[in-house]
Amino acid sequence: MIRKISAAVLALLVAGDVLADRAVNMPRGITELSAETYQIHMIIFWWCVAIAVVVFGAMIYSIINHRKSKGVEPATFTHSMTAEVIWTVIPVIILLIMAVPSAELMIKLEDTRDPDMTVVVTGYQWKWHYAYQGEDVAFYSSLARASATARRRGSGIDPESVDNYLLDVDRPLVVPRGAKVRVLLTSNDVVHAWWVPELAIKKDAIPGFVNETWFKAEVAGTYRGQCAELCGMDHGYMPIVVEVLEPDAFQAWLANEKGEATAVASVTGGDR
Amino acid sequence: MSTTVADAHVDHDAHDDHGPAKGWRRWLYATNHKDIGTMYLVFSLAMFFFGGAMALVIRSELFQPGLQFVDPAFFNQMTTMHALIMVFGAVMPAFVGLANWMIPMMIGAPDMALPRMNNWSFWILPVAFGILASTLFMPGGAPASGWTMYPPLVLQTGDAFPFLIFSVHLMGLSSIMGAINVIVTIINMRAPDMTLLKMPMFVWTWLITAYLLIAVMPVLAGAVTMLLTDQFFGTSFFLAAGGGDPVMFQHIFWFFGHPEVYIMILPAFGIISAIVPAFARKRLFGYTSMVYATASIAILSFIVWAHHMYTTGMPVTGQLFFMYATMLIAVPTGVKIFNWVATMWRGSMTFETPMLWAVGFIFVFTMGGFTGLILAMAPIDQQLQDTYYVVAHFHYVLVAGSLFAMFAGVYFWGPKWTGVMYSETRGKIHFWLSLIFFNVTFFPMHFLGLAGMPRRYADYPMQFADFNAIASIGAFGFGLMQVYFFFFVVLPMMRGQGEKAPQKPWEGAEGLEWEVPSPAPWHTFETPPKLDATATRVIG
Repeated sequence: MIRKISAAVLALLVAGDVLADRAVNMPRGITELSAETYQIHMIIFWWCVAIAVVVFGAMIYSIINHRKSKGVEPATFTHSMTAEVIWTVIPVIILLIMAVPSAELMIKLEDTRDPDMTVVVTGYQWKWHYAYQGEDVAFYSSLARASATARRRGSGIDPESVDNYLLDVDRPLVVPRGAKVRVLLTSNDVVHAWWVPELAIKKDAIPGFVNETWFKAEVAGTYRGQCAELCGMDHGYMPIVVEVLEPDAFQAWLANEKGEATAVASVTGGDR
Repeated sequence: MSTTVADAHVDHDAHDDHGPAKGWRRWLYATNHKDIGTMYLVFSLAMFFFGGAMALVIRSELFQPGLQFVDPAFFNQMTTMHALIMVFGAVMPAFVGLANWMIPMMIGAPDMALPRMNNWSFWILPVAFGILASTLFMPGGAPASGWTMYPPLVLQTGDAFPFLIFSVHLMGLSSIMGAINVIVTIINMRAPDMTLLKMPMFVWTWLITAYLLIAVMPVLAGAVTMLLTDQFFGTSFFLAAGGGDPVMFQHIFWFFGHPEVYIMILPAFGIISAIVPAFARKRLFGYTSMVYATASIAILSFIVWAHHMYTTGMPVTGQLFFMYATMLIAVPTGVKIFNWVATMWRGSMTFETPMLWAVGFIFVFTMGGFTGLILAMAPIDQQLQDTYYVVAHFHYVLVAGSLFAMFAGVYFWGPKWTGVMYSETRGKIHFWLSLIFFNVTFFPMHFLGLAGMPRRYADYPMQFADFNAIASIGAFGFGLMQVYFFFFVVLPMMRGQGEKAPQKPWEGAEGLEWEVPSPAPWHTFETPPKLDATATRVIG
């Protein structure tokens, strides 16, 4: 009964966009594929709800009506080939219906061909390093100072007073809107995972290996994510911030970064 | 009939040398399956509270954002130890304890086939968990790399590292010996009239589980041994710098790990398959298809391991293969659920505590099945992998699955073990409040995961605060109910306080365990019983 009520509540919450702010569901995201991921999740969710209604409905009907206290004599049937064939075949059909769009989406998610630009993401304990392939731009991205101070035990700072507590970095990854960005992932120490929910990609950064994924942001803005593979003590303190700029603004940002890089190189006389 | 069995026992009481030894010798030198079963059950209960206390440390820290009680390093030790202790110390020994108690009685055997090995496989466990628990006090603390022990992170463990490996070896040793014992007992010691397809479902599910254990525990042992040699003997199985592959560990681990989750749930299916027919007063629907479904789940469990690894960068064809194989498991699992519902259908049901737990199990476990199906879909898993959605999912199948089934079994067979009935009111209080608090704890975790909260985080952004607070409150309620269970159900039964249990307390129960008196005498079925055509009753 409890679960039925909970299931009903869940159904209401996800059906109504009214409560979208409460974040009880997967984000639709800002890429074509994140929207598709969301849709497939919802389709399968509703299939599960439908199956739950049938199975739990039958159970609840039986629990209410087939009681000894109601004087029911137990039936004696012990098997039924028809019933068993039906409840083997129908699930198989439902699974096939689910499998086809999922497989199509999976193939698209893994299609990293023909990118407009490539970013090499390297995981460190406990920060990220971003390098723009072919451009002379590379930098580390660590937890922003306000969060880093507030997160200490006994810091006396209320996390609520910190903007984007644990979700802010000193230098975000900046990408242009509408470009296919290929992300190459690796790690310098242990396994990390790079995840931005709004982009619907999550991929492990594994030492000694290079993983590939991609995204194409459709909406400019700032999107936040976190490391998703346990990487030690400060696993929770290496967030990811992706800033999606309009193409022009991005080019300006890139030129500026390159200028800085040249300036730094001429001062230190070394490469980064 | 049962009287002959009882009489045989009275004979034995006449000369004391066949009775249990006195004092600690009875337990340390135990070879009696009932004594060893009791020790397993008591041990797993102790570990359940030990691991549960760690869960409450985790939930206390997560009650609010920010760090209040523990540092992230200790937090990670808690999540790691909680999982290792619950998986290897609570759930698995609890089912082995049930197997020890029930399998010989269910198949009309006098004892387990290999009683001394049985003693050995139990006594290894306290040593293994003593070693594991001692790591909490070592320099560098307890293991903190998650129970999955992924390299290279696990290689950063402090002094605890070799002790972790050694305790995992011991646990595996214990499980393998227990499994061999179960298989040999079931294959060789059934009463002559009990053919394989007349065995109770609990015996069937344990037979299949035991084969799974023998197949995969050596794989785990191999994996952790390679970690050990990587750390101390200069090998590079999993170290990229030496040409090794960290992902290979994940493949090997999950080749063990996925069958392992079925090891933890198949015996639960057996318990539910015993209890639902007893309280529906109707024989189990589709016995044969239940056996085939169990076997199918076991076989499929070997080809789905990489669904734990969708984000590791497998080729897309590999991901699709594991997605399809995983989805396939929904079919035999569905068959089981449908068969239980069909068993209830047009039965004559009553809802004593064991049945409440069993019906609760079916509801809540099925929810875990749904989230499992959603997680099986590779593209969706890109969003949900390593989030609280996964935490919710596996607690729905492990707590509401394995643990609820264990509780069902304890209430169902407890009267047979102890000779006294539990208090029905207390049983119902335990059930309803546990069910409510369980859902209060774990249902909000679905929302947390969908909204993007990664797991194994000691601290979290503000938007996750509300649901975490609710989950923490639920967790303390759930923990409190288990303390209640211990003091108001388990202890009174163990002390023999309560109404005297009849030989067969449940009107619709079937099986040879109900053909012996309550409490079951120290020796049962010393001579093979003659059984009726259904192999559920002794006829001479």
